[in-house]
Amino acid sequence: MAAWYLPIPDSESEPFWNAAAEGRLVYQHCRSCGNDYHYPRARCPHCWSDQVEWRDASGRGTVYTYSVVRQNPMPPFRERVPYAVGIVELEEGPRMMSALVEARPEDIRIGLPVEVVFEREGGDDGMVVPRFRPAR
Amino acid sequence: MDRRCAVVGVAESEFGTVPNKTAFQLQVDAATAALEDSGLQRDDIDGLFSCGGPMMYPLELGEYLGISPRYIDSTQVGGSTWELFVQHAVAALQVGQIEVALLVYGSTAKSDLKRGVRFGDMPPAGRGPGQFENVHGPTLISKYAMAAMRHMHEFGTTSEQLARVSVDTRYNASLNPLATYRDLITVEDVLDSRMIADPLHLLDCCIRSDGGGAVILTTEERARSCRKRPVWVLGTAGAQSHLSMSQWPDFTDLVARRSAAEALAKAGVGINDIDVFELYDSFTITVLLTLEALGLCGRGESGAFVSDGKLRVGGSLPTNTDGGGLSCNQPGMRGLFLLIEAARQLRGEAGERQVQPRPELALCNGTGGYLSSCGTVVLGVD
Repeated sequence: MAAWYLPIPDSESEPFWNAAAEGRLVYQHCRSCGNDYHYPRARCPHCWSDQVEWRDASGRGTVYTYSVVRQNPMPPFRERVPYAVGIVELEEGPRMMSALVEARPEDIRIGLPVEVVFEREGGDDGMVVPRFRPAR
Repeated sequence: MDRRCAVVGVAESEFGTVPNKTAFQLQVDAATAALEDSGLQRDDIDGLFSCGGPMMYPLELGEYLGISPRYIDSTQVGGSTWELFVQHAVAALQVGQIEVALLVYGSTAKSDLKRGVRFGDMPPAGRGPGQFENVHGPTLISKYAMAAMRHMHEFGTTSEQLARVSVDTRYNASLNPLATYRDLITVEDVLDSRMIADPLHLLDCCIRSDGGGAVILTTEERARSCRKRPVWVLGTAGAQSHLSMSQWPDFTDLVARRSAAEALAKAGVGINDIDVFELYDSFTITVLLTLEALGLCGRGESGAFVSDGKLRVGGSLPTNTDGGGLSCNQPGMRGLFLLIEAARQLRGEAGERQVQPRPELALCNGTGGYLSSCGTVVLGVD
């Protein structure tokens, strides 16, 4: 059985996770109203049109906000504290939550340019998860 | 509102650390005491409003209580649910669907944690929108902390200003013999307490306790013959924004901005007419965002606004007069206790913490989820 914290893909999210496994970050674009959004939904949350398509993101964004978690009783995170987790605003507009990795928590700040990396969670039975690190 | 409705009975169960009672027992204790407070009878209850359990929870609760309501509501949007229940109960009372509504809550959150049958920061599993969050390890507290961090970034709000909320709420708790924590604290105490999720320290966070509460509402006709002065429900409104943090458009703008404006308009009063405030205080940042959303100060101004101690009983804006979730009690979804304390203040029953002169108008604002949902209730006495 997969670890409790791992994503459980469904028919709406599977393309997102499959793309991540290939090293691509994707979001959705509505051809009807023109909005870009994340997380994936079969109909656009702005207008309920089903004329939506997947687009590749540049993988670049900025930190909108974050916190440094210093206490979390749940494995595997209890072994990782302190760690930074926050909201990244993609260049294309949509926001996503992400652990902010490959940096010391004290080096994270709001407005920091970041770029996507792909990390495996949960070992061989796990998932590839897009995350962000400071842009290089 | 056409047909007036009133809060006529309020009570808590035993709260704090209550290892020897179940959550249902706390609810029946609170309901019994609230009925006694109202003078109504058990058989008068025909509407049941509660949440906090699994699927089909109202069936489990109704069965335990031995009641068979004709109107059932188990809306569950976190701590603000109880303010939404007032909105729903009043609507049902006004059109005559029910005569007497029981809002009841109980939780053994603290003892369950000690018994190891509950985890403190248990997020939902990796299904639905949670699959895009939980793999990154956010805790409940870190989600609120993200709002505090953004507020500091945009407006220069400081940890000292956040701490003032906790310090002044503790002062109010010191006047309440039932409050869990009553020893006065200083801004330095808050800043010296350990960091849980930057920028929130331990003393920026609500406490965890066991406890239950009950509120009984009825129609004007029945309220007139109840034991105590009716506490009129003058206006109610609810609003929701997000569940996933990535979906919240603005981390410094709480939907109380909508619910409070609507509730005040229905009540026909302005925010400056309110004499006492009971505002959900899951974290210090929750109170600051609420003060701004209510329009008591401008966007970004709440940090400076609270710096003069105005939130204390005796201050110009008495808030969380029982000691709130930061110091009095917090069994998990605390919105019901806002209503209980507001009713006591309006009745003049609050003892040493009674706001003077006795308030005529109170505003309760519940906030639930991750700053996700709000319910506002304006209460008043003749």
